[in-house]
Amino acid sequence: MATPLVEMKDMCISFGGVHAVDHVTVDLFPGEVVGLLGHNGAGKSTLIKILSGAYKADSGQILINGEEAHIHSPRDARSYNIETIYQTLALADNLDAASNLFLGRELTTPFGFVDDDAMEAETRKIMGKLNPNFKKFHAPVKALSGGQRQSVAIARAVYFNAKILIMDEPTAALGVHETQMVAELIEELKKQGLGIFLISHDIHDVFALCDRLAVMKNGQLVGTAKTTDVTDDDVLGMIILGKCPPGATPGPGALVEEEAAS
Amino acid sequence: MSDTALPGSKRPAARNLFAALQLDTRLLGMIGAFVVLCLVFNVFTDGRFLTPRNIFNLTIQTVSVAIMATGMVFVIVTRHIDLSVGSLLATVAAVMAVVQTDLLAHPDVLGLGHPAIWVLALIAGICVGVAIGAFQGWMIGYLGIPAFIVTLGGLLVWRNVAWFITSGQTIGPLNETFTMLGGIGGTMGETASWVFGLLAVGIVLWLQVASRRRRASHGFPVKPVWAELALGAITTVAILGFVAILNAYHIPPARLKRMFEAVGETMPEGLEVGYGIPYSVVLLILVAVAMTVVARRTRLGRYIFATGGNPDAAELSGINTRFLTVKIFAIMGGLCALAGAVASARLGFSTNDIGTLDELRVIAAAVIGGTALAGGVGTIYGAILGALIMQSLQSGMAMVGVDAPLQNIVVGVVLVVAVLVDIIYRKRTGE
Repeated sequence: MATPLVEMKDMCISFGGVHAVDHVTVDLFPGEVVGLLGHNGAGKSTLIKILSGAYKADSGQILINGEEAHIHSPRDARSYNIETIYQTLALADNLDAASNLFLGRELTTPFGFVDDDAMEAETRKIMGKLNPNFKKFHAPVKALSGGQRQSVAIARAVYFNAKILIMDEPTAALGVHETQMVAELIEELKKQGLGIFLISHDIHDVFALCDRLAVMKNGQLVGTAKTTDVTDDDVLGMIILGKCPPGATPGPGALVEEEAAS
Repeated sequence: MSDTALPGSKRPAARNLFAALQLDTRLLGMIGAFVVLCLVFNVFTDGRFLTPRNIFNLTIQTVSVAIMATGMVFVIVTRHIDLSVGSLLATVAAVMAVVQTDLLAHPDVLGLGHPAIWVLALIAGICVGVAIGAFQGWMIGYLGIPAFIVTLGGLLVWRNVAWFITSGQTIGPLNETFTMLGGIGGTMGETASWVFGLLAVGIVLWLQVASRRRRASHGFPVKPVWAELALGAITTVAILGFVAILNAYHIPPARLKRMFEAVGETMPEGLEVGYGIPYSVVLLILVAVAMTVVARRTRLGRYIFATGGNPDAAELSGINTRFLTVKIFAIMGGLCALAGAVASARLGFSTNDIGTLDELRVIAAAVIGGTALAGGVGTIYGAILGALIMQSLQSGMAMVGVDAPLQNIVVGVVLVVAVLVDIIYRKRTGE
């Protein structure tokens, strides 16, 4: 069996006594999309923020390509080619598309000054591929539509040769057409061998886009399964009841059978 | 049909004109307001407001607050506030005064009137200012105490630290070279001012050409040639006009005569010599250029604006926003030192009450200049223009003879109205 791109082993993090992530183990292989599902507050976003460096885990181990990785800040995560598209998009609304795309990694001239023209040129190139209708290169991103803002956030994630991509609710704020665009992009990135964690509420999305899924409840992993081995209802049962169906591998959060019976 | 076509076709033409020039309409509005203000005062003072003498005085009175206002832009853009700048200025001015009159002027050290005293005192002041600023920034960034509280405490602390340093005394007279930073005591003279002006014009035009070339080389759209020429002409006229006005303010004959006598020569009959650009104004220009470069062309500036626009996004992009806060307040402290040097040099002494209420003037200047307290928006030139408007308003009303309480009422009302206009403007343009 090939080495997973990412292995998060036995991750724990708590906030003031609340176990937001409780001994969760997930993995991700190259060219694979893994869906993370669960209620609001189930701990999916928290888990993923550990990987992207926004939070620091209390315990647990992260392996990237089989080697232990130390991720203490978003900068560390970026150095492992982990890119994140946050639900809130995490854009600086007052800056233009190019400044956002290169935020934290500005291109500079030989004198160390920010090279706006070079960044605009690069932004024009990548936006030409991602979203050819994008024209507002000088407007602050708050003047852009939801879809345009999303494409800026996506461009930022894929421009820097990401190997591991985390997408937190990438289609939540999008219309039909733009959702389609994101789906096509995910297919394209999969072909390039990226591993993608996709957080979603939308079971339909997950079945359409993901190879495997992992369900969390109350900070614990209910189970993981190949999307081909389970049905919509199975997954709903996992999310709502924490009941692990036969097609799935149960985790520590799975409802034990006797408990379910009583 | 022709009824609808006429107004419809006129409007885009006007808009195209502005669009082609790509001027900041907010800047134009502020300049417009400033010009109207000056003209009104000029009428009410029977032409005394717009004389070279008064314009010269206005510029040197503005420098101290304007220098600090450029730093306040960074502070406010990152959603902080600094209420301690006036007190910090007093502490730093006291340090610089004591260093130059007590420490360095001591016969065993450098001796009275040594040519290096001014620069050493200034460096000492800047170091103290940066250190205090960084300390306040550390408390805000790393300890998480709100900037309002830290600097409100600083307002009390540094004002009275200054008092301790000087034992409540006025320290002076300051070093003669040092006082040249103050304004009327230190000007470039006519020839040097023209050279400075021409140099400035050369640099501005060169930047314009370089920027156009760079954009063209990337294949970006560029302004039409006539627009570039018009912009170049406007800046040239503005810079050289400013130099001409400052040169037109002549040194009073009696003073000129004394200056000649001081070097043992007699003044030729009928000689007229202009003051030229004060060194303090040169300092302000250098600060403005440096701060603008920082804001627009460095990562530090980019991070300041990104953090102001969305602190979480900045953090998630790997920006160390805590250390950024330290840097911003350190810059503010350094600028307070420069402003303190100018303010004390202008008086020739360091007094106990130097810089009192400057925090309010500085914040008002930044805010009138379009810096939004909500963060993320602000310009250096706006803050300087804001400081100039505030100062013009105050000295203009004094010249007209408006009662003192009414002066403050007007300044207060103007501050609020200026922000209201800015809010309405932003809503309209959707910025």
